[in-house]
Amino acid sequence: MTMPLAEATRRMQNWAERRLPALTRYRRPESLPIELHRRRIYIVPTGLGMAFGVLLIVMLAGALNYANNAALLLTCLLGAACATSMLVAFRSLDGLRLTAIQPNHAIAGQPLILQLHLDAGTRVRQAIRVDIDGQTQAFAMPAHGQLALPLAIATTRRGWQPLPRLRLWSSWPLGLFQAWSWLYPEQSVLVWPRPETGGPPPRLPADDPMHQRLHHGEDLAALRDYRAGDPQRRIAWKASARHDSLLVKDFEQPLPRQEWRLDWRHLPGLDNEARIARLARWLGEAEAQGRPSSLWLPGDDISHGAGPAHYARCMSALARLP
Amino acid sequence: MIRLRRTQRKEALLDNRAFDLLCLTAAVVLCLHAVHLPLWLTAGLAAVLGLRWWQRQRKPGRAPIYLKLPLVVLLAVTVIFYYGNIFGREPGSALAVGLLILKLLETETPRDAKVGAAFACFTLMAALLADQGMVATFVVALGLLPALAALRALQPARLAASFLRELLPGLGLLAAAIPLSLLAFVLVPRLDSPLWGAPPAQQARTGLSDRMSPGDFVDLLTDDRPAMRISFEQAAPSPAQRYFRAYVMSHYDGRRWTSAQTGRQPAPLESTDSVAYRVTLEPNDQRVLPALDVPLEAPPAAALGADREVMSSKSIQDPLTYALRSALHYRLQAELDDATRRRTLQLPTGFNPRTQALATQWREHYGNHDDTIVQTALSLFHNGGFNYTLAPAPLGRDAVDDFLFATHEGFCEHYASAFTVLMRAAGIPARVVTGYQGGYWNKLGNYLLVRQSDAHAWSEVWLAGRGWVRIDPTAAVRPERVSLGASAVAASQAAWQGLNWLQEFRNRWDVVNRWWSQGVIGFDALRQRGLLTPFGVHDTDTTTLSVLLAIGSVLFAILGLTWALWQRRDTDPLRAAMQTLERKLARVGVMRRSSEGPQHFLLRAARALPTQRVELDRLMKSYLDLRYAHAVPPPESLRGFCQAVRDFRPRHVVK
Repeated sequence: MTMPLAEATRRMQNWAERRLPALTRYRRPESLPIELHRRRIYIVPTGLGMAFGVLLIVMLAGALNYANNAALLLTCLLGAACATSMLVAFRSLDGLRLTAIQPNHAIAGQPLILQLHLDAGTRVRQAIRVDIDGQTQAFAMPAHGQLALPLAIATTRRGWQPLPRLRLWSSWPLGLFQAWSWLYPEQSVLVWPRPETGGPPPRLPADDPMHQRLHHGEDLAALRDYRAGDPQRRIAWKASARHDSLLVKDFEQPLPRQEWRLDWRHLPGLDNEARIARLARWLGEAEAQGRPSSLWLPGDDISHGAGPAHYARCMSALARLP
Repeated sequence: MIRLRRTQRKEALLDNRAFDLLCLTAAVVLCLHAVHLPLWLTAGLAAVLGLRWWQRQRKPGRAPIYLKLPLVVLLAVTVIFYYGNIFGREPGSALAVGLLILKLLETETPRDAKVGAAFACFTLMAALLADQGMVATFVVALGLLPALAALRALQPARLAASFLRELLPGLGLLAAAIPLSLLAFVLVPRLDSPLWGAPPAQQARTGLSDRMSPGDFVDLLTDDRPAMRISFEQAAPSPAQRYFRAYVMSHYDGRRWTSAQTGRQPAPLESTDSVAYRVTLEPNDQRVLPALDVPLEAPPAAALGADREVMSSKSIQDPLTYALRSALHYRLQAELDDATRRRTLQLPTGFNPRTQALATQWREHYGNHDDTIVQTALSLFHNGGFNYTLAPAPLGRDAVDDFLFATHEGFCEHYASAFTVLMRAAGIPARVVTGYQGGYWNKLGNYLLVRQSDAHAWSEVWLAGRGWVRIDPTAAVRPERVSLGASAVAASQAAWQGLNWLQEFRNRWDVVNRWWSQGVIGFDALRQRGLLTPFGVHDTDTTTLSVLLAIGSVLFAILGLTWALWQRRDTDPLRAAMQTLERKLARVGVMRRSSEGPQHFLLRAARALPTQRVELDRLMKSYLDLRYAHAVPPPESLRGFCQAVRDFRPRHVVK
């Protein structure tokens, strides 16, 4: 029952946007900041507003029929108050500014959090709602207030994703009229690639002579069998006496996290997306272990580093790949 | 309206604040209707409301269907049984109030609350069908506040406010709506005849009646509701002349006086002068229109009776205004015809033997001097130890005998009745007249306020050569009753003399009631047609009114839009000055880009306007200094910058 209705509404809306340029005028992407003003705020009565109108007509008919001027005055007062509430609804949107949109990072398939930075201007804003991506969120701001409103949008694939059209609307103060304005900020958000769920670890650069240096620590960690080349002073003579073979004191080696050199070229035989997914997983693991990493991509070479900023830089580079 | 099936759709629950406001709305509606609802219904509905509120405070949830349905049926049945039917103003509003409160039983979602708040507005209007006084109207208008606040409370994400503060924005909204509502009120075309039958209200009102027996007036004399207001075209008559005749009663059956409509021509009247005045009569369910002394002719839709009382063609259900002319010095019915003489001498046989004997004795003693007999009777009242009291001893079968010879106490009805019986027994044609006497002269509004407590009864006797002459026997006992009015007499009787100032205040305050009654309640189709008379249009028809209404609405729409579009100027003078500078530069084609800082912008402007490079450079430096070098810019430098911006005149570059 509801599905055909929703379908009809959607088709109606599409038709209206095609036919009525005034409504679609601001569907063109526009640069921030966006200030709402009279030429882009529309207002219609809500369902309650229509019902209230019918009620007012009934009251008017009753008052006129009984020639009751006091009731007529009350009806006029209520009707005029309703009409005034329309202006209040308009004023609650008029002058509201969307100053910036600050996207957070998200991996494809996960919701992406946007921070909408809003400026109230000189008026108090109450019960303003934002529709974005099929969800609604309400907020209020005092006069001269600023607000960062977190909103989540769905993501599907990596890469640049234009922001969806968003609608600011309000039925303040009485819910009889709905004022709204469509915003289409000219801004895209970068969605990071989704890492693969499992796979081999990166090939360690074992052949690199730099990395064969042993790091001897101070503390005794264990005893192990003698291997040719172990220095004599490290043989545990007392312990060896009770064993068949020589034992050597092994000191802990607090190796600094070995750097991962992640390279696009070291992953042959995979298609681009699979490579990106694998590199993303490795970057994630490196970040989780606090291991420094470097990344070579076609057209981009990120020297080694660690920490969230480095991770974000690498992931963004991956996301931007064609 | 009452939902029988639980809706499946999930909806957000109503928050407590909105529900509390809705309960308050319902309570206000109930209070306003309590005046005309039976007490048990009010109490029952109040109990339902309180229980529901208490229940929801503890645990939200709809009342179950097995509770709702019987309550609805019970409400309908009791209303039908009590009022006899379900249509009409009173049963209709009782039912509406009941349904509103029962609706709260199932109010759990914003949708229910919206329905409830809207319906509450309707029931508030219904309260005005019972009483359209000024105070009632104001109270009902204030009753809209909780309803509006409840609608506001349904909106998500509001700034927090205390419960009382929730009500204030509604007040502002209503205040802003007043001008438009007054325009609509004046211009909405009134109906000449009702669309559907308006059944008359069945409530009994106290007021004058076409029958009178001594003691009837007690309720009336303590009722201080306004009865009518009179404004005179010239000077008002003196207090002693302010007798407003309503009923003339000639028939006496030993207990009560009744007036009979004979259907004959009005009695002939010879008069030398006349007074023109306008009466605004409060509704009283009677047909009689009180008139000052003897009216010359009847107003429209009314007729003069045989004794020159004015009868409207239908009973007065709504406030009525009529204009009249009356004679103060006159000869009424100089020639008495036999039928009238018989009627006004008639006395029931076998009643009041001692009175009859006294009158006969006077007649024998004074012979044909009717005047002297009248004076003798008046001096009997004056000197015979008679008392004026509103709580006289009860009278027996021979009421006049008991009064004259035993109890010696009573008020106007007793005196008028006894005096008339005495006159008739002495052979002088006499009759009882009821109406109002006195009133409060409101200097502020220049009108006479007559209350129900000013009801009075007096006598008229027919004297040869003079016609019917008004004799007020009460004046013989209590002269101040006539000179100062009923309140003076009542005050001396009442224990609460300290409340005199209250009465005085109410008398003065009545000018507002009169203004309301004339300006608002009395603004009918007729007055509306004459709306444009000062502009030369004598009959403003519906089309003209509609056009005017449309024009007025457009004007108000423009006014409202101006207000809506008006934005307060930025309070930061530095930013305002910068914006002025931007506007000035934009006029010569240097627009500030949204991504451009002040420095870049002004440098670019300096490049575009080389002749004013120095000036712009200085402006830029001082702006940057004011904006970034100080937390709060020093006021004198700020003023200097603003002045420099004002003086700056960008000149076009001749290319």
